[in-house]
Amino acid sequence: MLSPADPHLTTRPPAPVKGSSRSAVCHAAGLTLAAIARVLSGASVRWISSQPDTCQRVYFSNHTSHLDALLIWSSLPRVVRERTRPVAAKDYWSRGAVRRWLAEKVFDALLIDRTDIKVHQSPVDLMLREIGDTKSLIVFPEGSRSVNGEIGEFKSGLYYLAKKRPELELVPVHVDNLNRVLPRGEFLPVPMLSCITFGPPLWLEQQEPKVDFLARARRAVMALKES
Amino acid sequence: MNDPRTLALIVGVLALLSIVTAVGQFLRRHPDRGLDPAAVRSFNSRIRGWWIMCTVLAAAFWLGTTATVVLFGLVSFWALREFITLTPTRLGDHRALFWVFFAFTPAHYVLVSYNRYDIYSVFLPLYGTLFVLARVAIAGDSKRFLERTAKIQAGLVVCVYCLSFAAALLQLPVATPPSAEAPLPGTANFRLLFFLILLVQFADCMQYVWSRMIGRRLVAASVSSNRTWEGLLGSAVSTSLLASVLWWAAPPYQPWEAALAGFVISLMGFAGGMTMSAIKRDRGVTDYGTLVTGHGGVLDRIDSTCFAAPVFYHITLLVTDVAVL
Repeated sequence: MLSPADPHLTTRPPAPVKGSSRSAVCHAAGLTLAAIARVLSGASVRWISSQPDTCQRVYFSNHTSHLDALLIWSSLPRVVRERTRPVAAKDYWSRGAVRRWLAEKVFDALLIDRTDIKVHQSPVDLMLREIGDTKSLIVFPEGSRSVNGEIGEFKSGLYYLAKKRPELELVPVHVDNLNRVLPRGEFLPVPMLSCITFGPPLWLEQQEPKVDFLARARRAVMALKES
Repeated sequence: MNDPRTLALIVGVLALLSIVTAVGQFLRRHPDRGLDPAAVRSFNSRIRGWWIMCTVLAAAFWLGTTATVVLFGLVSFWALREFITLTPTRLGDHRALFWVFFAFTPAHYVLVSYNRYDIYSVFLPLYGTLFVLARVAIAGDSKRFLERTAKIQAGLVVCVYCLSFAAALLQLPVATPPSAEAPLPGTANFRLLFFLILLVQFADCMQYVWSRMIGRRLVAASVSSNRTWEGLLGSAVSTSLLASVLWWAAPPYQPWEAALAGFVISLMGFAGGMTMSAIKRDRGVTDYGTLVTGHGGVLDRIDSTCFAAPVFYHITLLVTDVAVL
């Protein structure tokens, strides 16, 4: 496996997070919601051949529930969490004042318009512009939540992210059983036990075709389910 | 605390635990004794479980009856969580499960804490069952309907209903004359609860020990590979012996009644272990703890207690010869 193109990236001390726009209330709300979600979903967190790090990363995960992003975000150590932004669908998260407040102020989410993707304003460019050279992202390459718990085909955004910023660490994440805690179309959770597994980072190989890379990334997530 | 019998029980248990802890640590440090290291590890993890159990029970004892009922409620909640996580459910069960977790389980324990035996003794088996059936039917998914509802009911009865009888021991009017209106939940009731847990744990261990020593005939090879008829019988006999020796700790019991209770507790503990093994075998896991990595496996620890608690409660009722209603 290739090492990052820029080796000092992983070793340099974390740069201070720029003056966050989040107020103390939003910060507290984030911590509270994260704690509630952790308790409700009985989430245990595993890092397999992988360590939490403040270097720039893209966490890519299977998508089964609205709680996914919240739980992945809350299972990161605080210093990492503060520089990690979930990517979410604008059509869902900007509907209604509460959702918009949660997405924009509490979780500092990066909202992507799924219905209006243009060539000159591609979501990938937007993401890269927003994260600058300090922040990390949580993405769901399947694009939408799976209905039956199976992991669907990955959309190509992950590939273009890796192609434009090859030094970003791509960390596979597997979310297990959350689809039973809060399935698609339900709003009341059932407190079943779930598990979040972080795997070893991967990078885009030189000249690796898009299809191969996406299949490899998907396999990396699926492999975490078995381990 | 100033009751000599309670004190004797506490000192005795602490001494016993210290001894087995020392033995466990000795075995861990000397792997050359020819013992299976996996067995030593599981022995030590069991001892750790006992220390936790004792600490938590002591804390509950100190905080009073309500705290103990709440504690058992939380244990039930967690056990049910493990049970349902292990059980395949369908989307149509989701809302029924929500109410089972957040309405029926707490409501049952509230009834227990108010000592409403008249209601809580039928609440889950009757109304819980009716609710689950109706709610799953209304959700509109009829596939394997009876199988799915039966799973939820089994979880409710074993994890919540049965276990709550251990907490309900604290409500029994054992230390006061039968005429008393309100039972005095004194140290006598806590000793009764402790008596139950001690005997269940002891029976579990004896089953293992007797099976290892003289076990020949497996009860059901496809369900459990280490539970034998010899282990069952040996454990039943040794548990009733221990119970008859400890009869003074359990308030209303005479020695022979205590021996009988010990015998039945051992059998019920065995039944609970077998039942949970069958469920685990069916789902292809070895214990509930490994089901979701990082969780302790509460159900593994309390399966025998769940089955023994209601029977012990009712035997105590008979022995006390009072009506709770």
